[in-house]
Amino acid sequence: MRPLEDYLVIDFSQFLSGPSASLRLADFGARVIKIERLGIGDICRTLYTSDLIMNGESSVFHAINRNKESFEVDLKNEEDKETVRELVRKADVVIHNFRPGVMERLGFDYTSVAVLNPAIIYGEISGYGTDGDWKGKPGQDLLLQSVTGLTSLTGNEDSGPVAMGLSVIDMLAGAHLAQGILACLYRKAVKNEGGFVQVSMMESAYDFQFETITTYMNDGGCLPQRSKKNNANAYLGAPYGIYQTADGYLSLAMGSIPVLGKLLGCTKLLDYAAIADAFLKRDEIKAILAEHLLTASTAHWLSLLEPADIWCADVLNWDELLAHDGFKALNMIQEVEMADGYRYKTTRCPIRIDGELLTSAKGSPKLGQDNEQIKEFIKQNIIADA
Amino acid sequence: MNRPLEGLLVLEFCQFLAGPSAGLKLADLGARVIKIERPGTGDACRQLSIKNIFVDNDSLLFHTINRNKESYAADLKNPEDLAKLKQLISKADIMTHNFRPGVMEKIGLEYPSVQLINPKLIYGVVTGYGNEGPWAHKPGQDLLVQSVSGLTYLSGSAIDGPVPFGLSVSDIMCGNHLAQGVIAALIKRAKTGKGVLVEVSLLESVVDVQFEVLTTYLSDGGKLPNRSLAKGSAHAYLSAPYGMYETADGHIALAMGSLGLISQVIGCDISDLFTDAHSAFENRDQLITRLAASFKQQSSKLWLELLEGHGIWSAEVLDYQSATALANYKYLQIEQNLELANGKQIRTTVSPIRLDHEKLFAAKAAPGLGFDTTAINNEFDIN
Repeated sequence: MRPLEDYLVIDFSQFLSGPSASLRLADFGARVIKIERLGIGDICRTLYTSDLIMNGESSVFHAINRNKESFEVDLKNEEDKETVRELVRKADVVIHNFRPGVMERLGFDYTSVAVLNPAIIYGEISGYGTDGDWKGKPGQDLLLQSVTGLTSLTGNEDSGPVAMGLSVIDMLAGAHLAQGILACLYRKAVKNEGGFVQVSMMESAYDFQFETITTYMNDGGCLPQRSKKNNANAYLGAPYGIYQTADGYLSLAMGSIPVLGKLLGCTKLLDYAAIADAFLKRDEIKAILAEHLLTASTAHWLSLLEPADIWCADVLNWDELLAHDGFKALNMIQEVEMADGYRYKTTRCPIRIDGELLTSAKGSPKLGQDNEQIKEFIKQNIIADA
Repeated sequence: MNRPLEGLLVLEFCQFLAGPSAGLKLADLGARVIKIERPGTGDACRQLSIKNIFVDNDSLLFHTINRNKESYAADLKNPEDLAKLKQLISKADIMTHNFRPGVMEKIGLEYPSVQLINPKLIYGVVTGYGNEGPWAHKPGQDLLVQSVSGLTYLSGSAIDGPVPFGLSVSDIMCGNHLAQGVIAALIKRAKTGKGVLVEVSLLESVVDVQFEVLTTYLSDGGKLPNRSLAKGSAHAYLSAPYGMYETADGHIALAMGSLGLISQVIGCDISDLFTDAHSAFENRDQLITRLAASFKQQSSKLWLELLEGHGIWSAEVLDYQSATALANYKYLQIEQNLELANGKQIRTTVSPIRLDHEKLFAAKAAPGLGFDTTAINNEFDIN
């Protein structure tokens, strides 16, 4: 039995942040119905963020929306609106990520929904909060990375701003929304109370940076300083970083510099015996390491360091990762099938419950594919209630 | 206010970041979180500093991750301490640990044994790479997990080699996943009355972060990510103009947008490079380079007025100083003050989740090692 079996989630959200939260709830066992706009649907279907189109829609849509149903409606049409109201009456959770004001206009804001269903858990994601002078700005991932200082942490000192090459703030906001919703569902299970969960991408971006921004707040406002080369964390000393070797790359986490020097046969490193040197002289130390590590293969260095319990690793690309027994042991890839028989591979939920992998064979829905069934479900519920 | 996890007791046998960041989330949502720490040393993060910054005896890093918790000192290898812990476990709702596979089995606190003490306990485990396979015993450290996961080929430029994310992203994501799993388990327990095992790993979490691009890779014939050669490009899978551009006095970011409109608005001729939608992918590097030359000519402010005036998704690239000075930063109440026992203060962030219209402020500072041991023994009648 999955934790959210028998729970119904009505998801008005689009793109990544909200839908990534409902994907998690779906994998935990909830039934998720996407409410999609007539004729268009989730813009992610057609906004080809990647160049790859799978079965008529963008690859990212298929990744984010597997294990869900699609209900295609015109929210400006009163009859359609009433069917959605019926769904909301039956639902445990409502999610949206429209800009502030849109749900109010549609009549599905928290206050209106709570009238229909007082025990509803209502979750919403905004870019920058629902009030304030930035409420109308586009809540797009790269823009959020840019305005929260995040781009000053990755890359080297002279790289200029470097973005994290994924929509990481969207995913964090989705993760935080899922947590808040789950916590309220627990409260509902024990107290039968509803709840209102709000997350903004801006707050999620700072939560992600809670270690570095706290350091900034408490060390007199010093800005993060990335190392000249081989930077992996602006706030950590040498050797923390990735280094080129004779045939690839080697990743080194925290470790004593003189101990590394001895193990690697790099005598210059023995001069950095003081613990504080690792941070204060990190550019010098990293330069010495970088030069030395070029002289032999990654496998050679690993054979010297791993037996001594030094924190190190090879650097793999996806071909190498997927071919590795260490990855295969996780069974992280699953195949799913859409209603029309189209099959594709994707990753599974990263959480295991009672030893079970939370896989699901259900692919993403075609726009409106579940309309008939959902209308029937509503009709039966009305009869049952009468 | 009425926080959803109020009344729940969490025992945190975790160190460093992944597990303790989950504990912090649970604490902010209302749970009572007690860190179980080794006498004398405690969570190794107490001594792991960034920029060598300490507040009293503990690193600022430790304070950041462990606010709103209590500390109970116990030596898992000492039979008397272990007996006390078992009494505490019998009263708990949740316990979490991040020992390497096999360690809890040796101590006798692995899930099956603990179920005998408390059949309703939710048991959360964090590993680096799962419990099976050749990586199970590797050190679960963030940079190393990023390195084997392929993540380092997604940021920066193609000539950079691997570029790690400059934060402990696998730890933080894994902590978020642990918190989700544990709360979902509470819902399951509310129905079944039985304990639940929740397992996460850093590697599975950092693979999950890549789920969109990995799904693309799994369907495009296994093409590896193709980062741009142009400086400022921000995503290996997105077409021009997505990226950051240097201006006369700073940088601006451009998200996905209509190239035709943008080129017109900024007065940059791209008609030879941008011929159809596909060419925005095909000629990405040249397009970014062409746009970059134009953006260098004027100030960020001027460009943003022009771009935002036309509804183009854009923003200024800020550092911590300018970012934290924004009116919206104040409005969102990102910060709170922690009061230490000796009157010192630490400024840090607040939970990013608002519940029932309220921010989840929790200003209790991180505990000293074993600070709450005696009080907890008395409260739970442990002897």
